[in-house]
Amino acid sequence: MRLTCPLCGPRDRREFYYYGHEDYLQRPGPDAGPEAWDDHLHLRDNIAGEVRDLWYHETGCAQWLVVTRNTVTHEILSTELVADRKKKGVRA
Amino acid sequence: MRILGKGQIDRNRPVSFRFDGKSYQGYQGDTVASALLANDVRLMGRSFKYHRPRGVLTAGSEEPNALLEVVGATNQTPNVRATMQEIFDGLNTQSQNRFPSLSFDFMGVNDLLSQFLSAGFYYKTFMWPRAFWEKLYEPVIRRAAGLGRLSGKHDEGHYEKAYAFCDLLVIGSGPAGLAAALTAARAGADVILAEEDRELGGRLLADEPDLDGAPARDWVSSTEAELRSLPNVRVMTRTTVTGAYDNGTFGALERVGLHTPARADLPRECFWRIAAKRAVLAAGALERPIAFPMNDRPGIMLAGAVRSYLNRWGVTAGKRVTIFANNDGARQTARQLMAAGVEVAAILDSRTDATAIEDCPVYLGARVTDTSGRLGLRSISGAHVGGNFQIETDCLAMSGGWNPTVNLTCHLNGRPRWNVDIAAFVPSEGVVPGLSVAGSANGDFTTHACLAAGQAAAIEALAEIGVTAAAVPLPRAEGVPYAIQPLWLVEGKGRAWLDFANDVTSKDVKLSAQEGFTSVEHMKRYTTQGMAPDQGKSSNVAALAVLADATGRGIPETGTTTYRPPFTPVSIAAMGAGGRAMGFAPQRFTTSDQASRDRHAPMIEAGLWYRPSYFPKPGEKTWRESCDREVNMVRSAVGVSDVSTLGKIDIQGKDAARFLDLVYTNTFSNLPIGRVRYGLMLREDGLVLDDGTTARLDENHFLMTTTTAAAGLVMRHLDFIHQTHCADWDLRLISVTESWAQFAVAGPKARALLNAVLDAPLGDFPFMACGETQVGGVKGRLFRISFSGEEGYEVAVPSRYGESLFRDLVAKAEAMGGGPYGMEALNVLRIEKGFITHAEIHGRTTAFDIGMEKMVSPKKDCIGKAMAARPGMVGEEREQLVGLRLAQETKAFGGAHLFTQGAEVERETSQGYVTSVCWSPMFGATLAMGFLKNGRARHGEKIRIVDHLRDLDLLAEVCDPVFHDPKGEKLRA
Amino acid sequence: MRYSGWKVITQGLLGNKGWTPAWREPAPKAEYDAIIIGGGGHGLSTAYYLAKNHGLRNIAVLEKGYLGGGNVGRNTTIVRANYFLKGNQEFYSHSLKLWEGLEAELNYNVMHSQRGLINLFHSDGQRDAFARRGNSMINQGDDAILLDREGVREHLPYLDFEQTRFPIYGGLLHPRGGTARHDAVAWGYARGADRLGVDLIQNCEVTGIDIENGKVVGVQTSRGAIKAKKVGIVVAGRSSQVAAMAGMRLPIESHILQAFVTEGLKPVIHHVISFGMGHFYMSQSDKGGLVFGGDLDFYASYAARGNLPMVEHVMEAGMTLMPMIGRAKVLRSWGGIMDMSPDGSPIIDKTHIDGLYLDCGWNYGGFKAVPASGWCMAHLMATDQSHEVARRFRLDRFRTGHLLDEEGTGSQHNLH
Repeated sequence: MRLTCPLCGPRDRREFYYYGHEDYLQRPGPDAGPEAWDDHLHLRDNIAGEVRDLWYHETGCAQWLVVTRNTVTHEILSTELVADRKKKGVRA
Repeated sequence: MRILGKGQIDRNRPVSFRFDGKSYQGYQGDTVASALLANDVRLMGRSFKYHRPRGVLTAGSEEPNALLEVVGATNQTPNVRATMQEIFDGLNTQSQNRFPSLSFDFMGVNDLLSQFLSAGFYYKTFMWPRAFWEKLYEPVIRRAAGLGRLSGKHDEGHYEKAYAFCDLLVIGSGPAGLAAALTAARAGADVILAEEDRELGGRLLADEPDLDGAPARDWVSSTEAELRSLPNVRVMTRTTVTGAYDNGTFGALERVGLHTPARADLPRECFWRIAAKRAVLAAGALERPIAFPMNDRPGIMLAGAVRSYLNRWGVTAGKRVTIFANNDGARQTARQLMAAGVEVAAILDSRTDATAIEDCPVYLGARVTDTSGRLGLRSISGAHVGGNFQIETDCLAMSGGWNPTVNLTCHLNGRPRWNVDIAAFVPSEGVVPGLSVAGSANGDFTTHACLAAGQAAAIEALAEIGVTAAAVPLPRAEGVPYAIQPLWLVEGKGRAWLDFANDVTSKDVKLSAQEGFTSVEHMKRYTTQGMAPDQGKSSNVAALAVLADATGRGIPETGTTTYRPPFTPVSIAAMGAGGRAMGFAPQRFTTSDQASRDRHAPMIEAGLWYRPSYFPKPGEKTWRESCDREVNMVRSAVGVSDVSTLGKIDIQGKDAARFLDLVYTNTFSNLPIGRVRYGLMLREDGLVLDDGTTARLDENHFLMTTTTAAAGLVMRHLDFIHQTHCADWDLRLISVTESWAQFAVAGPKARALLNAVLDAPLGDFPFMACGETQVGGVKGRLFRISFSGEEGYEVAVPSRYGESLFRDLVAKAEAMGGGPYGMEALNVLRIEKGFITHAEIHGRTTAFDIGMEKMVSPKKDCIGKAMAARPGMVGEEREQLVGLRLAQETKAFGGAHLFTQGAEVERETSQGYVTSVCWSPMFGATLAMGFLKNGRARHGEKIRIVDHLRDLDLLAEVCDPVFHDPKGEKLRA
Repeated sequence: MRYSGWKVITQGLLGNKGWTPAWREPAPKAEYDAIIIGGGGHGLSTAYYLAKNHGLRNIAVLEKGYLGGGNVGRNTTIVRANYFLKGNQEFYSHSLKLWEGLEAELNYNVMHSQRGLINLFHSDGQRDAFARRGNSMINQGDDAILLDREGVREHLPYLDFEQTRFPIYGGLLHPRGGTARHDAVAWGYARGADRLGVDLIQNCEVTGIDIENGKVVGVQTSRGAIKAKKVGIVVAGRSSQVAAMAGMRLPIESHILQAFVTEGLKPVIHHVISFGMGHFYMSQSDKGGLVFGGDLDFYASYAARGNLPMVEHVMEAGMTLMPMIGRAKVLRSWGGIMDMSPDGSPIIDKTHIDGLYLDCGWNYGGFKAVPASGWCMAHLMATDQSHEVARRFRLDRFRTGHLLDEEGTGSQHNLH
């Protein structure tokens, strides 16, 4: 399995650390309540198909990536830097 | 028997090798199978279940029968295919799964009992009495099962792994593969050509068709020469592509040193990870047997294999050969044998409409219905349109048609489709992205079609990656279509084997259907069809045809089982190359490592690091003596310890303080410059992630320390929070763990020791101060922090000065009655002081549990705060950190459980457990830490400690975990 | 038909013509008292115990493929009761007791072999953690023995005690731990359930769950609508998809776990061995193959196949721990889809919909749980009450914080 890091180019999967679904990007406010936090940390759509999830180029550039890929075919559709989203003004 | 003038072995280089203790001669280029056949040895193995005598069936890696042990000087290798093992002088092989000998095997009795050993019989018996399973039935079954033997000795062989990258990976070097490789090579693409055999050519070598009117071998040779001359081509022989993985990654096994006597400069095998932009699968096709009664005797072989042995090794597998086939291809075997002077008794063609014109008798509509010959085929009997026949023959060459080698196309869950014209599964298109299939692997069975398809596949694949390849002139070749009429099974009285390797017969498959195991997966699992070392390569399709027939379905509806990697078995040592001994994980060494070893300190693993356990002095006999001395030394004088393994993260930027407020439970934005603060860090789920100190070096510059174990974890965590939640903040993070060597100096004489090494004496430097310092002209950092409870400092210098500073500190400390201390003493010191480690913050503890809930600032948000407030995370039901004190010295009892006195000892009454234990020389008592239900309210209670495993039942007093200097006066001295 | 050695002999003499199907192939009825979605190990055992323990007869198991085609048929077959948290302890202890009587219960040889499981530890800290575990096991009434290095050497002389990267300090021996023949467990429960009248319906995919006024009333399937007032979702690997049919979002992420088997070898490994530092575990099957595995591939997936990084990591772990296996050849690798939960422990609970029950989240420990999971799920479906030994497997525990996190790795699904 190979992923293309936006900064480093195509790299072997073993350079990356996998975290989970991009749900982790939407951190609730401190008073959002237990349901919102349960949603954030635990509950998942867990789609068999196209998903967006978070990978860390741990032995590369130390950037977190949002990877769009298919959980059935393992096709990688796109990769982008998490930090770019934030800088572009996407509120987490 | 060897045939003069045939084969490509080097007759000038005789080779002698051993099989079952007897010496045989072959030639350079022989395999064990070809050499044994040349010596008229047909019996090469015993079957798995019935222990039936077996000979070689194939000439390739798909061989189900002829599996041997190769015995080396120091070890042995089981289950080696005689068809793949090349002979060399001194090669020693032996048969397996037989006792006492191959020709006489006691376990052959199983064959007589076969009617009781039908598919799945073991699910129906051996149940009574219950205790007999482990004691009797299973040991007997286990001993009877299995094939070759491992020696039980460490595999000391040398293995390697490697990466390779290419534009085009061509898998297989028959006509399609060679055409593809040549086309791509001339276009300048980076090409890897992988061939399982020791030489290129595939079926061109075995079948010897004419190309451009000359022997195919000529074209193979000239093509190979050209490919090898090109810098953009890597030709890999003896290399099996074993698996297709995601995004163009392939696994491949190269047998580097197995064909020669062991050589120090050659690994036995190399496992390749190939990243290919595009790949062409040209792996050819595998011939399949026909299931007919008693079709498993030595001498009954595949027709294509008979042809291979004749043309490649100049060997005839029999003196009087009979052909039994349902297709045209096998006719070639008869013609070539006759041309070589071998007698062909007859061609038995199952079709009624095939031609009968050959230079030998041809029986049409023929079936073989029985065979004889216990250790080797003697005769066959059968029927044809004209009546019954019996033929004396010592070799039956059979062909039930060919199966395209679709395996790799199915490794990503692709399913092959049924092609009725060739009565075989062919690859579905596009099931492995970037991989196309050409030649007979795709169901094209003529040489002409293979050549053309290989070329076309290469041109198309390269076009997809922007490389224009031109057609190259291809040789003229035969293009006669392949004609087949399916014949899977000849019904009759005797057993008809499908899976030779696992002894699965047509009756087993029918029984499975009869018992309701009608799904192809059920049939496979119930009968073990296709689960042997050959993975059913020659038998799966026939078995599912029999199943389809038994269940009244067609073959396409019945479907196949799943093809999974590896294509051929791969040794654990090859895929695990590099893992042996220390290679499994990186080793990290501190700068003081050698200095510690010089002092005979046993070095122990701390994560990936090595740290000194203790520093023994002459006369000390146990670790405890050293440990007690070191503890006393720190408490009374001064100790030096390397703490460089702790994670160090440099944090800078205008928003650095704000960031620390977010990641720590407590506040850091109000920390003055030049001060250090202890911080507690939670995971977002509210449980403790790590603890450590962070120093404010400047307004916008902090240095965080983490525990050794969590250094990487914390770095990743901080990067995540930064990049996901505050990427727009002015903030930079970097790990500087390896940039600094840092030493703890602790004890009443700590200041004196520092003053002895620092360039300027310490001035006012209170507890939790930090600042720059200078040691021997080198700029360093100084922190006044303590993990021992004594007056303590940590001095850090750039790593390259670490060793010399350590040696200097230790030498000067010893002059003051101090010295170095190791992990054991460090552990005692921290338990005495009530400091926690990952024994306590083990991922299930909250700030509440460890008595630090007050460190969770109510004034601000922090990571983990919301989830830490869940009802299950607080309250009396939680186990809370306590100290435990026993007057007596006792065996260690970490992991013991705590019980209220007088209560039953059982699961629900367990009140908690012990996490850390030590003997405290200072207190003259055993001190421990643990978690106790509602523990903070139970100080003073006598609690029972039960350790079943170490046979301990003790009473301890529950107390505050801080035993030593609870007010912290020494720290602040 | 009752199976026995005598039957094998008499049938053998009669040419094995008299063996009858292990189960019927019924067409689905219009209505059942209870429907189990999922014909894997857990679903089949649920159906069996619903019929056996609770007297329900009008039950169907709906399986989209073939019986036992999920993780019950693709695992490393380890059976153990060596947990240390209340909630898990009593459940797995109960399961192991059921295993010990399973052949007699089912009249089917599932080849449960209690050859002993040894968990190796490699530091003082790990020893204490395993001691805590062993003491928990004994408190529960199960068995555990703490071995020092020499004790391990007596059992496993072929380990590399001299050079391995993480030296062996000792091991926790669980004598009653072992293995079983995985397929046979599914088939044994299937046959047992069928004999109690349960309809096992293969090639029947559930496509919808019918809910009216907060109550379940039936399911839609590829073979038509079927009514039932009680429906159990027992589909580990596809839990999120099926639960979504009822509008639920589960605390589950699906991950691949690969496993491996070598070619057949004469007996050389007589225990189940687990190497804590390398995420590696191995046993030898009765057929002679070394059966082993490691950690997840770690990325969410439904592909039932994995990639080389974990394959190689597992092999490297084997080579540092026990290099005598180097010349064994890996014959086949495969991948199963794991329901990974945020604390590594399962869920057996009611849902917010009346009559809809959930059994999921087995992470990669589901095989050994097959008997007790079915036992407890059947109890829950029949009585609407959690069974005593499964009462802590609550669906809402992640929200409330009553976690069962044996690994201590937290809410990240793939870390358990």
